[in-house]
Amino acid sequence: MLQILKMAYRDLGRNRRRSFFSALAVGGGLALLILLASVVEGEMGGALENAIRLQSGHIQIRAASYDENKTSLKWEDLVPNPEEISTRIAAVDQVKAATPRLYATGFLSSGTQSAGAKITGIDPLSPASDPYREGVISGQYLSPEDRDAVLIGRPMAEKLNLKVGDNVGLSLNTADGNVQEQILTVKGIYTTNTYGFDSATVFLPLAKAQALTRTENHASTIFVLLDETSMTDTVAPALSVSSSLQVKTWKDLNTLFVEWEDLAQSYIGFLYLIILAISVSVIINTLIMSVYERTREIGILSAIGMRGGRILALFLAESSLLAIGGVIMGLIIGVLGTMYFNVNGFYVGNMGLSGIAITDTVYAKLTMENLINLTIMTFVATILAGLYPAIMASRMPPVEALRAEK
Amino acid sequence: MEVVNIENVTRVYRVGKVETQALRGVNLTIASGEFTALVGPSGSGKTTLLQMIGCLDQPTSGLVVINGRDVTKLNRNQRADMRRGTIGFIFQFFALIPTLTASENVEMPLLLNGHSPSARHARVLELLKAVDLTDRANNRPDQLSGGEQQRVAVARALAPKPTLVLADEPTANLDTENGKQVMEIMERLNKETGTTFIFATHDPRVIQYAKRVVTLQDGLVVKDTGEKA
Repeated sequence: MLQILKMAYRDLGRNRRRSFFSALAVGGGLALLILLASVVEGEMGGALENAIRLQSGHIQIRAASYDENKTSLKWEDLVPNPEEISTRIAAVDQVKAATPRLYATGFLSSGTQSAGAKITGIDPLSPASDPYREGVISGQYLSPEDRDAVLIGRPMAEKLNLKVGDNVGLSLNTADGNVQEQILTVKGIYTTNTYGFDSATVFLPLAKAQALTRTENHASTIFVLLDETSMTDTVAPALSVSSSLQVKTWKDLNTLFVEWEDLAQSYIGFLYLIILAISVSVIINTLIMSVYERTREIGILSAIGMRGGRILALFLAESSLLAIGGVIMGLIIGVLGTMYFNVNGFYVGNMGLSGIAITDTVYAKLTMENLINLTIMTFVATILAGLYPAIMASRMPPVEALRAEK
Repeated sequence: MEVVNIENVTRVYRVGKVETQALRGVNLTIASGEFTALVGPSGSGKTTLLQMIGCLDQPTSGLVVINGRDVTKLNRNQRADMRRGTIGFIFQFFALIPTLTASENVEMPLLLNGHSPSARHARVLELLKAVDLTDRANNRPDQLSGGEQQRVAVARALAPKPTLVLADEPTANLDTENGKQVMEIMERLNKETGTTFIFATHDPRVIQYAKRVVTLQDGLVVKDTGEKA
């Protein structure tokens, strides 16, 4: 076996440039796969955590009749005494934060410009509201006592040409089906770097939102954050506090994201195949060339008694060495590339996916599982690529091989 | 003792619809220790006959018995095993593995036969000494002259101590001096080891070394001098 490996190594050394570029094709393919997987992992994982943090929480407790699409403000569709329920839920182990929120739809207008908005009444002091507080880039964050203040996203501010301190008209539906209008002052402008969210969501203190919508001591939902996303299925059943309330997990609340993730995974799987196919075709080409160039040598080896199996092993050893070289190159390039994009990220801007909280900058994230799987996949594919030329060499009749031109 | 027994062997090559009869019913027996030349013009069937004896090719019809074994009944791997243990080859074009050194080329058949490293080392040294190439052991074929390469090929052919060595035009690519040197080595090793040598040639200077000359023409044995005393 050692001799076979030695021969294979020397055979590859005959045409160093070709062997190097063949290994590089494998390496480039692996590096691309690693980068792709890392970006997808960063994007998917980031988008999910972002959606949970900003929009859905891990769990929401809602009235059984609440329809998210209608953003109903009727009392029977809302959670009564939300503060009391939140306090009880917050006492449950593994619950990081539980806070009432009120959702309403309306319009913001400034001068001749207007924009639809999702008005969200929040408890500004709840840890669940930290992403909005931390995202304030201009002016100040809300306080529970504010009565004419609104926090708006940067895209909304740009669209309505608003800055901190400006007045803005707010029109929104109320619990009794009327429309309420009020002039508010822009207290702060925030960004979560999630265009779809920032361009539509405006925040009011919960009490103010309740007063404007005449929902009094009611909330659309109890927004719950857990210590870990993986705890959701364990904790959710424990939060069924009343038969008139329903418990929704992040999976129920992000169906579009889950579907999008499945679709994206299918496309990415297809991309993996294309990249692998390119690498594999380079290896097949290299080894077939090598078989043709060394036909007479194959005849000599056969003449001195080398069995077809050993000739097969010789060519498979060559593809294995190419695979090892390629994988090493691929790991170096791929990991270094991932490290760069992990630190610097790359800007993707507004991807135009409403309902999916994708940040405008994606940070690559490489998992050990992805690294091992992709490395093994590339290695095995490269060796398999060598199988056809190897079989071709091993089945060559010695007489015909010996007759070949050198 | 018979090393080779060929009975009524034919070989027909088909290229498309064209058939070429390379051998038309050859009968030949070679005894152990012979130093026999197969001679004849190009296309007479010398190389084809050597390939039959060497288990490199199968006859269209007829019997080929090597060391008492009918090799026409062997499968591909069994023929490879037969070549590895019993037959050594020397080709016109030297036929060394270019990535291996002289000693590694000689070592290859021993490796395939499963000899121990120490046994291989000793045998390689012995053979390189026999062909006077001890000082070129670590050179690759492209660092050796044509004559040196063919001497390495002779050493390789003899490495596994075969019963039979087949040489196809062994001096065709060598100048007179190197050709003479190779033939003298083959002749000496035939005498010293008793190994049977069969070589195809049409070079009169080579034929003179042979103890027996078998002449082929149009795929048939037309003359056989028998072994000289």
